[in-house]
Amino acid sequence: MTENLVYITKENFEAEVKNSDKPILIDFWAEWCAPCRMMEPVFEGMAPKYKGIVKFAKLNTQEEQALAASFAIQGIPSLVLLKDGKEVDRFVGAMPETILAEKLDVALKKI
Amino acid sequence: MENYDLIIIGGAAAGLPAALYASRRQIKTLVITENTQGQTGTATTIENYPGFLSISGMELMIKFDEQARAAGATLVYDKVQTLTKKDDIFEIKGTSETYSAKAVIISAGKSPRTIDVPGENELKGKGVSYCATCDGPFFKEKTIAVIGGGNSALEEAEYLSKLAKKVYLIHRRSDFRAEENVVHHVKKIKNIEFVLDAVPKKIIGETKVEAIVVENALSKKETTINLDGIFVSIGYVPKTKWIEGCVELDNYGQIIVNKKCETSTLGIFAAGDITNIRDKQTIIAAAQGVTAALSVYDYLVGKKR
Repeated sequence: MTENLVYITKENFEAEVKNSDKPILIDFWAEWCAPCRMMEPVFEGMAPKYKGIVKFAKLNTQEEQALAASFAIQGIPSLVLLKDGKEVDRFVGAMPETILAEKLDVALKKI
Repeated sequence: MENYDLIIIGGAAAGLPAALYASRRQIKTLVITENTQGQTGTATTIENYPGFLSISGMELMIKFDEQARAAGATLVYDKVQTLTKKDDIFEIKGTSETYSAKAVIISAGKSPRTIDVPGENELKGKGVSYCATCDGPFFKEKTIAVIGGGNSALEEAEYLSKLAKKVYLIHRRSDFRAEENVVHHVKKIKNIEFVLDAVPKKIIGETKVEAIVVENALSKKETTINLDGIFVSIGYVPKTKWIEGCVELDNYGQIIVNKKCETSTLGIFAAGDITNIRDKQTIIAAAQGVTAALSVYDYLVGKKR
């Protein structure tokens, strides 16, 4: 189990996403998507480093199609940053940790 | 800053086998890569890599990765910014760290070519895609277009025609680079409409793709096609912008190598799709990676003596 990483389903969406006291970064992914698999080690490596700052979450777009559609996801991997249930920023495509961390830190300053 | 014998820039079909061979020869090896999948990783199935009757590109690359690490190679996820030579040592700047090594193998591969029209970058991930396998399932029962005229464009159109309601195949010419039997087969698919001699001009959409404007190459007349998604499949460009001036490139921006995978700069080697090798195949990239690693071994041993 990776620290500070939750898996979002329609059952826990309300509690984990809508009512999250911290900003939450959701990685929309799917099994068949190679760039998503590239993001796995990056995302899981970053999660513990942001403990207490941003909650890291993964959402399987195949298993949770309705949730993915509610975010209008049309390309994966898509990383969506939310605060109080509202979208703050969105990063599309696989990227190395240093770049994602930079984008995330910039976005967090806007909150 | 930790010093390595060898740094491999780009760890996929060419870089990982290079790391495997180098590590087995006790060369202290670091792989700096943005990902370990490369172009191979995006292939749904691979049936021409000997030893595997059928395997997904992703699974094959995971095996390459595991084997390289098991042999002792170290891997970091980073994007290389610059490569400089100081005396006999190479310095490589990542986004925050700096690395150094006695020899370098560049195997950074290629990235999808963009169509470079207004709206493309803004709507990336919002209907504009470069990976049919990844994003196709989001366009079930939608109207989409594939742009391109090569084998992969036509194969993607065929794959997407099974998911989407309608697929436009937009190609700037009326003849195809794709093989004739592939074109013939795709032309028979009912929900694929060919839009030929059509040059993309603009992608329209506020929060998501709504339409594409194409210009007829002959009449110069513009047509707007309403759709939900656009899959760009017009080939790949080598990722060599950052290395211009460092090693000699050919007219296509590919690194020129000899049979030993040496570049024009002593101590810098290159392998895989980024080089001027004629055929871009996983097994050829892998073999070139091995050649590069063995040449690095000779280079390092020679230097020690």
